[in-house]
Amino acid sequence: MDLSAINPILLIAAMIAAATPILLAAIGELVVERAGVLNLGVEGMMITGAVCGFIIAVNTGSPALGFIAAAVGGAVLSLLFAFLTQVALANQVASGLALTLFGLGLSALMGQSYVGIKPPRTEATPLGALADIPVIGPIVFGHDLLVYLGLAIVAGTWATLTFTRAGLVLRAVGENHDAAHALGYKVKRIRTAAIMFGGACAGLGGAYISLVRVPQWTEGMTAGVGWIALALVVFASWKPWRVLLGAYLFGGITQLQLNLQGAGVAIPVEYLAMSPYIVTIIVLVILSADKSRAPGSLGRTFHASS
Amino acid sequence: MNTPLLHLEGLTKAYPGVIANDGVSLTIASGEIHALLGENGAGKSTLVKMIYGLVKPDAGEMQMHGEAFAPVDPRAARGAGVGMVFQHFSLFDALSVAENIALGMETPPPMRALADQIRAVSETYGLPLSPDRVVGDLSAGERQRVEIIRCLLQEPSLLIMDEPTSVLTPQEVDILFETLRKLSAEGTSILYISHKLEEIRALCDAATILRGGKVVGHAVPRERSARDMAEMMVGSSLATPKARAHDVGNVKLAVEGLSIASPSAFGMPLRDVSFEVHTGEVLGIGGVAGNGQDELLSVLSGELPCAVGMVTCDGRDLARDGPDARRILGVLAAPEERLGHAAAPNMSLTENAMLTGAAREGLASRGLLNWTKTRAFAERIIAEFDVRTPGPENAARSLSGGNLQKFVIGREVLQRPEVLVVNQPTWGVDAAAAASIRQALLDLAAGGAALVVISQDLDELMEISDRFAALNEGRLSAPVPTAGLDVEQIGLMLGGAHGMEVAHV
Repeated sequence: MDLSAINPILLIAAMIAAATPILLAAIGELVVERAGVLNLGVEGMMITGAVCGFIIAVNTGSPALGFIAAAVGGAVLSLLFAFLTQVALANQVASGLALTLFGLGLSALMGQSYVGIKPPRTEATPLGALADIPVIGPIVFGHDLLVYLGLAIVAGTWATLTFTRAGLVLRAVGENHDAAHALGYKVKRIRTAAIMFGGACAGLGGAYISLVRVPQWTEGMTAGVGWIALALVVFASWKPWRVLLGAYLFGGITQLQLNLQGAGVAIPVEYLAMSPYIVTIIVLVILSADKSRAPGSLGRTFHASS
Repeated sequence: MNTPLLHLEGLTKAYPGVIANDGVSLTIASGEIHALLGENGAGKSTLVKMIYGLVKPDAGEMQMHGEAFAPVDPRAARGAGVGMVFQHFSLFDALSVAENIALGMETPPPMRALADQIRAVSETYGLPLSPDRVVGDLSAGERQRVEIIRCLLQEPSLLIMDEPTSVLTPQEVDILFETLRKLSAEGTSILYISHKLEEIRALCDAATILRGGKVVGHAVPRERSARDMAEMMVGSSLATPKARAHDVGNVKLAVEGLSIASPSAFGMPLRDVSFEVHTGEVLGIGGVAGNGQDELLSVLSGELPCAVGMVTCDGRDLARDGPDARRILGVLAAPEERLGHAAAPNMSLTENAMLTGAAREGLASRGLLNWTKTRAFAERIIAEFDVRTPGPENAARSLSGGNLQKFVIGREVLQRPEVLVVNQPTWGVDAAAAASIRQALLDLAAGGAALVVISQDLDELMEISDRFAALNEGRLSAPVPTAGLDVEQIGLMLGGAHGMEVAHV
């Protein structure tokens, strides 16, 4: 066992990068659920984003265009869910599961001829001298743009939900859609917009896996990250900063246990592999002991009766 | 005469199978308090929804201040000066008072300024309310104040109030009326919907009566008796519930030192509640909702297990008997919440009849359900309690509130209970149907059943109960004979008006 082989600075930097896909998917789903919609299709939207981003990045040579395509891909797929649940008034749980299965199949089909190709490299953000500061530089300033974008989305989501009228209306729709409708708010339109935002975020998260983390295309490469993001939203009590905490905790411990495995720690691999799940759940369960609760209309189908 | 504030001419709205409004015309002058009367399903709600822009009329026109008025949505209606206080509060439990109010405004000021405005308006109109509190923690009366203040901040020229007093104590009603009279004196018109005819006589300047979607008459409420107006609504003469001569017998149901924590976070624990009900007797329990009514009903129905010795029926301890065992013994209950507690919303009326009737009506044997018999039972409820529905195969949620109420009360009454506990038996039910429900309850008592009627409607309790007790903060006052009590005394028994004060301006 050789713990000295683990470089703490690189480890922390890697933790942040490892958390980003979960963070992006979870913050998108948080907005969707705050609007009162339960979209279980996160995994499907992520993998679709992953393949869309990969294809465009490979064909154009530009990772930036790839990420944009990933967001668009995720959002377009989520429109299918929006159509099923908001227009056809289908059951949200069934539609979400269908979306995941559909996304996995569709991405496998689209990505058939891209297996084994390397995508263009996503460069670190040019922050100049900042990145050269010892310790802090590699940890805080050595990342690619998507890491910062993820943090910006969390901060933006929090500020929007807390301080703006748009955020208040979104929460109101999620809390009691009948009352919101009676006040004249467009429940379906607001929910559709939230669903598309969630799809775009999930798509970005997926592309971060296929373009940065792995980076190549294989079928089903999101490997359950979408489900973890879903669980994270619940354990984080639908609060943006707790989603950030949970994602970093999860990403961090995943990275740490990989490093420990590499260093040959005398703990069975199975225990190390399950540790991120256990620690994340314990911490967030303790945090959610306050009286926060799910949005009142979460998962309920809205049918205008007037 | 001046231009009226609002003038409706020939408004018609049809839904598949039913004409909700048929050529309705109505005129409201500035500063007038105008009552809209009618039975359940007479078209009152549809009419106000059209004024508030939630529903578009098929034909007819509306004029406001003499100009054409056709709101496409509630925003447009609010913009034109129409405010509405809903019957079922349209509030968001998890949000604060200020956030709730901001949602009902077109261009809300920043939160801090809004909080100041809320304090100012609540003081002016004697409706104390703190803007930072979370709505989920407020009482029914306080929630209504949120709705009213939300409307008042828009400075409406017309305020629509849909059954505003159904959840208030007499003192709270007085304060509300003070506020409404003050508004009317300032020139705000009020369109007031209620089933309580005495209130309308006390408050309103004019009344329009709807029946079957048509205007059947206008009246000046002060000059008419409540009975006159009720008969105009129903279109036939009205039977006052009459207690048949009945003897009060032995103690049937006894509750002794009942103390129990509430199962819900926002509930009220019961504290040392004791009472006895005799055969052939109606015990009325009054009080504002949220003072332990739901908990008391749950204990008596068997949903909430209590300790041995607290509840006995004919001397037999009921602590170990769940709801079904109690039904077999003849102890039945009808809870207040119609959708989700008294009835399963998505199940048909037949299925709902099965749910509580299985044991006593012999609708199931050896685990197999007898649907023919159940359907006949459901049809009997529908016929005897005049439930307006196309048939027993319809889902419970498709019925209007009043009709479903008739069904769930009828379902228990027709099972020949020996003890019947009901919570809010006539909530949201029109005058004629309420009278028939009360009559059915009195007939049960005359037949020797022991009844516990929990209600917020004190007139109702005065009318049907032999003895009265008040439930306040989970404590029950000692029951006193109803004869000789007046509403004012009862109001004081209920523990006053929860910090309300009459407007002093």
